[in-house]
This record gives sequence, structure tokens and C-alpha cells, in this order.
Amino acid sequence: MSEKVPVLQKREEFGASLKRRQLIGTIWQRLFFAANVFSIIILLAVAFNVANGAFGYVVFTYSVLPEELSERPLVELSEPELVDLLVQKVPNRLRVILRDNLSQVPNTVFTTEPLKTVLAGKVFSTELAGKTVNDLTEQEIALVLSDNLAQEEFVKIITRQIVIPNISESWNLVDSLTNRGEIEKLAAEKYPEGDLVFYSWLNLDFVTSSVSSNATTAGLRTALLGTMWIMIVVVTVSFPIGLAAAIYLQEYADQNSTVSKVIATNIRNLAGVPSIIYGMLGLAVFARVFEFYTSGRFVGVTDSNGRTVLTAGLTLGLLILPTIIINAQEALKAVPSSLRDASYGMGATKWQTVSRVVLPNAIGGILTGIILAVSRAIGETAPLIVVGASTFIGIDPNGVFSKFTVVPIQIYQWTSRPELVFKNAAAAAIIVLVAVLLLLNSTAIYLRNRYGIRI
Amino acid sequence: MAQSKVRAQMNEREGGLQKRFRPLDDSIRYVLFVCGALSVLTTIGIVIVLGSEALNFFTSYGEIDSNNKIIIELSETSTALDVTEGGLPLRLNDILRVQSSDELLLITEVVDSDTVVVERGYDGTEPTAHEIGKEVFIAKEVTLTEFFTGTRWQPQIGNFGVWPLLTATINVSLIALFVAVPIGLGTAIYLSEYASERTRSILKPTLEILAGIPTVVLGYFALTFMTPLLRGIFGADTVQVYNQLSAGLVVGFMIVPLISTVSEDAIRAVPRALKEASLGLGATRFETATRVLLPAALSGVIAAFILAGSRAFGETMIVAVAAGAGPNLTINPFEAAETITGHIARISTGDLSYGSMDYKSLFSLGLVLFGVTLTLNLISNYITARFREVYQ
Repeated sequence: MSEKVPVLQKREEFGASLKRRQLIGTIWQRLFFAANVFSIIILLAVAFNVANGAFGYVVFTYSVLPEELSERPLVELSEPELVDLLVQKVPNRLRVILRDNLSQVPNTVFTTEPLKTVLAGKVFSTELAGKTVNDLTEQEIALVLSDNLAQEEFVKIITRQIVIPNISESWNLVDSLTNRGEIEKLAAEKYPEGDLVFYSWLNLDFVTSSVSSNATTAGLRTALLGTMWIMIVVVTVSFPIGLAAAIYLQEYADQNSTVSKVIATNIRNLAGVPSIIYGMLGLAVFARVFEFYTSGRFVGVTDSNGRTVLTAGLTLGLLILPTIIINAQEALKAVPSSLRDASYGMGATKWQTVSRVVLPNAIGGILTGIILAVSRAIGETAPLIVVGASTFIGIDPNGVFSKFTVVPIQIYQWTSRPELVFKNAAAAAIIVLVAVLLLLNSTAIYLRNRYGIRI
Repeated sequence: MAQSKVRAQMNEREGGLQKRFRPLDDSIRYVLFVCGALSVLTTIGIVIVLGSEALNFFTSYGEIDSNNKIIIELSETSTALDVTEGGLPLRLNDILRVQSSDELLLITEVVDSDTVVVERGYDGTEPTAHEIGKEVFIAKEVTLTEFFTGTRWQPQIGNFGVWPLLTATINVSLIALFVAVPIGLGTAIYLSEYASERTRSILKPTLEILAGIPTVVLGYFALTFMTPLLRGIFGADTVQVYNQLSAGLVVGFMIVPLISTVSEDAIRAVPRALKEASLGLGATRFETATRVLLPAALSGVIAAFILAGSRAFGETMIVAVAAGAGPNLTINPFEAAETITGHIARISTGDLSYGSMDYKSLFSLGLVLFGVTLTLNLISNYITARFREVYQ
């Protein structure tokens, strides 16, 4: 202790330095708080930016103006008038309309099978039953259509087939609110025949229409179905396996044995592997090596390669497995050991204790963990791109051996397109995706509060 | 009396109090173990898949389309090969293959850019006749040296140097850390030392929501919000439409919750006694936080930074959307440059044919990605483990 003990500062000096120190303290406290506010600002900016893209003015232009078709608005026309319009204006597209609205068979056999198979269950005169679609005259098709479809459906068909509204230009929300006059002027100059309307890109048609190369008619149905199918596979695969692994690690394994240590370390590290790597694993193993199984060839499916819903589901299942295991372990850990001891004391075996005492008590936490993991999987994009999500599919996925696209991939593709209208569609898709995630997360929070388990 | 009666009854039952034979209970243990071991299998799977495909990439010949077509029919014995102009230059000692045949041709002499003399039936292959209009492919072998020192990544013409992709990845990660470290750390200090329970209950969910936003949404945000903002600030001439800065900043926002959560845990794990001793000596809360708590929690905080760096390194969608599509060796953050993950995502969009040069090169990139992130994660785990030893 050769150093000198510092002499206490004089009272006023100390007072002055204290003030300074306290000032520094206050300034930094504000800065630390600002760091928190920054995250909130970012969150608000993201929300604002999405809303900015999803709503705003658009100009609709039409191939044929509705006024040219009839003097009264389409919705007021009677069904026979509408059918007449169809026969006059698009006689050569009647078969396509028939196929899109009434066909009960795959497109490949639509023109070759007799009508009784093609339109099974639909209303048509018995004389036509043996004929094929190509044998029908335009009048006969029109008759079949009007027998089966209601007036509102004809309005929709005419809008889609003859009027063909197209969004030629769009503005984002901020522009639409602040620059209204200028937009109106511009739209009137550039599109004298077009309609300028305030449009919500997020609407029922958007959610229910299939993928399209045209931003006006593009919808999210195919992607939503893809997401749904994949999540079914993900849950079916990763829930039982994840839970079983967690039970083993938490209830059975000797925590200090090398094997369980290796497994635990491994799970922790797997959770940190970039998701795109899982995609490469899925591509090389599920899509390529096990193509025979993942393409469904082993059950007779012929029209697919290994890049199917099943492959995607297995890949994402592997991806969220570590999260599920870690969350489920936490939930099991939260069950008081007195319950286990009591069960053993009654003479129950290990498995009886686990299945009838521990699991029922932990199920809330386990379900919460699963939901959180699945909501992560729903937002994943990169691994699915790598395993080969289809860039464009016309048919809805209808099973585990279908080609797929999912909502995040639609968002990615629309965002990558240079046209602004596709960015608008992407913004609407983001709202749908985030709504689904919020729904899942609130369910998780509800479960967490109800079962009182912290994860 | 009654007791011995019960015992007698019990002994009558087969086996008495001995453990009964329960096949279900015994086998279930093994089923559970297999599920647990599946995670190890996944890791092994990743290593084998990446390793074997990457090995394949480095040890076998791949083919690149030279964009040259044969213009004079090549009989089985002829050695003069004439091709169309404008494709890749044919160089001495290149090995060629012609579309729809297995024969290999070795170039022994280059006459001019589109005429070469070849050795037929190279490497024991069977010479066959080649018609006019067939495509000529150049065999390409990628060496480890070329991969790790090359400054060009142009798969179409056979350049496979990882540096352009690697520098872009590093640039983006550094920008991200540059933003996220101060903000994340500030957040962590505020949450652990200053915030009241009420404030915390508002701020913490905000971070959780930020962490839960799908990264493709953040990519959209980077492209449609950050980029226009940056172009407004620095000028549209300086900042390209796709640029590393915008992607890096948004990746930074993405890792803020990770840094703050892990750092906060580390700060909270510092024993109360240290904190109270400091406050008791008259230090302000700021002095306590920065001179006592932070040094004590330093290893945990650094572990958080490393973990966040690893996350930024492997992030895909934000960079795929906003950082640009095209490898570019640059350190200018305003320029577009494709990262490793962005390149993997772009190349694998659609149907990538198995065994192609592109397919195999993806796995070599995946191996680099996996190696870097795993190393960072292990370092982070190691630091955290040491840190725990000190205070528990």
C-alpha cells in the first residue's frame, strides 16, 4: 500500500463534482431510455410503412368500359341479359368460363369426357349427358351456365372476362392523403377513361383469389393454403418428436451423463444454425435423396418431383425442433418435483408418472411453446426458397405431395418485382401474415396466462 | 394378524412386490431416447450434406456452358475444332465436352479465338462424331485456393472466388452490429437498472414483437422505407436502389432484441451485493451500471454481441430483398452487393438442377456459412459458460 490515500475533496469541490456526476447520470439515463424508444419507433415505422403500401389511390382502367356494354349498371341487369352479353361479346371464351366455374374434372380431361362426368351433380338437360364439351353449341353452354349460376356470379364473370379492370397506377397512403389534388389532375390527364378510387389492397377478393401474374387480380389463396398444408405437416412431425425428446432429456436422462450433455449442447447449437442451412439439408436429403417418398411416387403420384409440401414441412419441422424441445423442457421443469415424488410414492412407474402426472400439468406450457415455434415457422422464407418453392403455381395445393408456395414467399416475390403495384400487393399480404401471427401469439399468451407458466 | 394376512395375499400374486414385467414402460424409454438423439442426427446430416457436396464441388470436374457451338462437323478422327464466335475463349489445356456425347477433348493448341486443335478421346473416352450446332462445354475444376483467394464470383463463366460474397456478408454484419450494439446495450441497461415494473411491461413486449416480425417483412421495410430514406439523406446518386447500408441497418434492428435480452440476463445475473456496495459508496446509478455491473457482466454481454453477429451473418431475407442481386467486391456501403445467403436464395429460386455447378457451389457456400456461424455460436457459448461459473 505505497499509494497515497486520496485526500477528501473540499466540500464545495465535492458538491460541484457531484452535480456534474448527477448530470452525466441523468443524460445517460435519457440516452438509455432513447434506445428503448428507438425500438418502438422502428416498430411503428414498419407498421406505418406497410399501411402506406396497402392503402391508397389507384387508377382502374378497363378493356371495355362497363357503360359501353349496357346503359344500366351491370348489377341491375337481369340474368338473361347478362347471358346474352356473354354470348355476344366472348362467344369463344364460354368453354373456359364453363370450365372455371362448373367443371368437376381435371383440366386435362375436360374436353374429352362426356358431360355427365364433367358436370357431375350440376343441372343440365339429359340430352347433353353423352356429349363432350367440344360438341356443345354456344347456346347450349349459355343455357348450362344460366341454369347453374346466379345473377351475381354472372356480374363477376362479365367483369373478369369482358370489362377486365386493371390497376394501371397506384399511389401510397401518404401521397394519397397529402397530394390528392395533384393525383387527381395527373390521373385525369394520363387516364381520361380510368377511374380514380381510394383502394384497399387488402380485401376479400385478395385473400380468396389465386396467384396471378397480374397485380390487380393476384391473390393469396394458393399461398395461404400452402402455408396451411405445410403447417399441418410441421405440427404432425415436430410436435410428437419434440415432446418425446424433451421428456427424455428432462425426465429420463441422467443430467450429468455425457450422452445427455452432448444432446443438450447439440440442441442449443442447432437453434443457432442459420435457417437457410436447413433449407440446403432439406434440398439435399428430403427433396433429392428421398425423392421417391417425398414426391409421392411410392403411393402412385406421378406429376411431382421432390419439391413438395411434404419436403417443406419436414424441413421446417427440423428447423423448429430445437425450439420446441427447449420450450417443452422449460414447461416440464416448471412442474413441481413434489408431484413426481407423490406419484412415485403411490407406486407409479416412471412412465405412469410422466404420462399421468407430469404431462397434464405441463401441457399448457408445452402448447404455448409449440404455438410460438409454429408461428416462427410460418414466417420462415429462406429455407423454403432453397428446397424449391414454386415461383408460380396455378393449382391450389391439395395434399402433401403438391407443389407449394407460402405467404412469405409471395411477399418476397412481389417485393422483388419492380412495379409499384406488386409492392402494394406485398404490403397487403404482409398484413394478412402478421394478422395470422398475432392471432397465434395471442393464443399463446392466453394459454400462458391461463396455465400460469412462464416461457 | 391383519398385517400378515395382507402380506400373504400380496405374496400370492405372481411376483409379489417385485418389479412387474412392463414391456411398454421399458421400451418407451428407448423411443424417447431416439427422438432426443434425432437432433444429433440432424447435425450429422447437415455436416455430411454440406461436406460431401462441397467436397464434390472441389474434387470433381464441373461443366460450364462456353456458349460456343460447333460450326464445322467434327468427324471421329478430325482434330481441328471450329466454334462460333462470341462465347468464352477456349484456352490451352482446357478440357472440353460436346453436347450429347461422353467424349472429352483436350485443347493442345490454340489457333485463334474460335479455332483450336484438340486431342480426341482424352482420358480414355470413346471418340465420336459431332454435328454442327452442338454446344461445347468447358470442364472446370475449382480449387480450394481459387475459392478462398478469388475475387470474382461469376458462376456462368467459371469464376468461383468467395471474397465478393464474403465481404458483402461481413459489411452487412458489421453495419448491423454498429447499430445494434449501442441500442441493444442501452436498452438492456435501461431495462435492468432504471425501468420500473410498469415501464418494463410496456417495453419488453415491444422488443418481443420486433423479434417476432418475419424477416421478409423487414426486407420489405428495408427496400421500401430505409432505402428511400437513405437516398433522401445522402442523395439518389450516391445511394444505389439496392445497397448494403439499408440492408445492414435493418438487420441491425432485427438483432437489437437478441442483444438486449441476452445482455439484460447477464447484467441481472451480477450479484446484488456488488451493485449495492457501489451505490452505498455514493456512486450514481450510471456509475454503478457502467463501472461495476457492466464490467462484471462483460463476458455475458460480449457473448450476446457474438451471438448477434452470428445471427446477422446468417440472415437471408432482408439481404435477399434489399442488398442487391449480383456479387460485387466493395466496401462502399452505398453500393449493391450480394451476400452469401442472398446468393444462395437467388440461385436456388425455382428448379435448380441437381449436380449442376450452381447446385454444388451452393453447398460450398453453405459450408462457409455454417462454419462461421457455428464457430461464433460456440465461442459465445463458451464465454457464457465461463461467465456462469464465476457467479453460481
